[in-house]
Amino acid sequence: MPASLPDANTLITRLADAIAPTLTPNTFIVGIHTGGVWVAECLHALLRCTQPLGTLDISFYRDDFSRIGLHPQVKPSNLPVDLEGRDILLVDDVLHSGRTVRAAMNELFDYGRPASIRLAVLVDRGGHELPIRPDFAGHTLTVPNTQNINLSRLDDGHLTLTLA
Amino acid sequence: MNLQLNPDGSLRHLLTLDGLPRTILTHILDTAESFMDVGEREVKKVPLLRGKSIFNLFFEPSTRTRTTFEIAAKRLSADVVNLNIATSSQTKGEAILDTVDNLAAMHADMFIVRHAQSGAAHFIARNVAPHISVVNAGDGRHSHPTQGLLDMFTIRRFKGEFHNLTVAIVGDVLHSRVARSQIHALTTLGVPEVRVIAPKTLLPTGVEQMGVKVYHDLEAGLHGCDVIITLRLQSERMKGALLPSAQEYFKFFGLTPAKLALAKPDAIVMHPGPMNRGVEIDSEVADGPQSVILPQVTYGIAVRMAVMAILAGGTTA
Repeated sequence: MPASLPDANTLITRLADAIAPTLTPNTFIVGIHTGGVWVAECLHALLRCTQPLGTLDISFYRDDFSRIGLHPQVKPSNLPVDLEGRDILLVDDVLHSGRTVRAAMNELFDYGRPASIRLAVLVDRGGHELPIRPDFAGHTLTVPNTQNINLSRLDDGHLTLTLA
Repeated sequence: MNLQLNPDGSLRHLLTLDGLPRTILTHILDTAESFMDVGEREVKKVPLLRGKSIFNLFFEPSTRTRTTFEIAAKRLSADVVNLNIATSSQTKGEAILDTVDNLAAMHADMFIVRHAQSGAAHFIARNVAPHISVVNAGDGRHSHPTQGLLDMFTIRRFKGEFHNLTVAIVGDVLHSRVARSQIHALTTLGVPEVRVIAPKTLLPTGVEQMGVKVYHDLEAGLHGCDVIITLRLQSERMKGALLPSAQEYFKFFGLTPAKLALAKPDAIVMHPGPMNRGVEIDSEVADGPQSVILPQVTYGIAVRMAVMAILAGGTTA
């Protein structure tokens, strides 16, 4: 039932509260396209992070490229700071199989060797296929593989989670 | 039936820009934009084509095009094999197909083909197994699609949009496969005014039917241009007396600082290379602040990565 999903903006505030005590001047927030970037933008503002925000498009690192080809709307990755020795906070909207996060970590390491990577997700929906777990999750629930959780953004910037 | 498109409209081979819809051209340019930063990173590679084998089949010599294809393939983590096959008068259809069949038996996934005969890449594309894609890297006077695409990428990077531009192509259009690819791409992407500027002897008959304005006077043609593409004087291809001399050509059609001043002040100057300095372009212009000739070479890598990534992703058996 779509109605059972919590409000995305409330979850982001909760995430920010959990992350805040762990933040250091060396922390660099990186959002994964597209939903993860929206969440990362909100966190970046709420946490008053002084470092620029990074964005990652993992299309060139997907493990299903040879089956489904290139994503039709690839966006450039933008990592404006040197990753060497950084503490990275990787942000995505929904954690499912963990394959996106694996691809994102592979891409990050091609830019440099970070000191640490932690993972923050808006929703951990279960169904993990890899040993990847979030350090921070706004909401945890179990959703059958036949269903999808989507994050959408309205023109006014309001974020909404839907189950379909 | 279009040889270079799949039934669903996606790209199957890249043979010519003629007939390719704007959506595909824009998709390639947008994808190339994403590949731009790979060359700036600590690890200048993405794992996209890991385990794929790409064969550079060069039946005609080329340094720059072959090298940029090789770099592009390596940055996609593909395995690259370069074959420089000397052209001889005996190299006819049968022999080409034998070569291709042998390479296919070595599990090739993609052929990059340069050949002095127009239509060579089409011929190979028509005869390869369904999982193999073919990229035309220049065939005779016919087409050089990746050069045309990298020129469009360069124009978009420096000018932003296509719909308000005046673009002039100057020089040996008759012998130029690059010019043909550029004209197709420019008109498809919505450039309102494409001019060709050349002596009558260096223009193909019926060039007006490609949707261009023809000028025989360089000064008149350059007036108000945003983009000037100078073409290499194809002296090695020129048979018979089409021109009195290279000096005479430079006098009337060479791009000098004085002539460049007739275009818009922010006009960019492009050249597909290799340049004949003092024939079609003055060194002062080639090395000047309006020249984007070296960025063209850099962008060529990202554009060729985009083409190979799109083709390799779309042709699974």
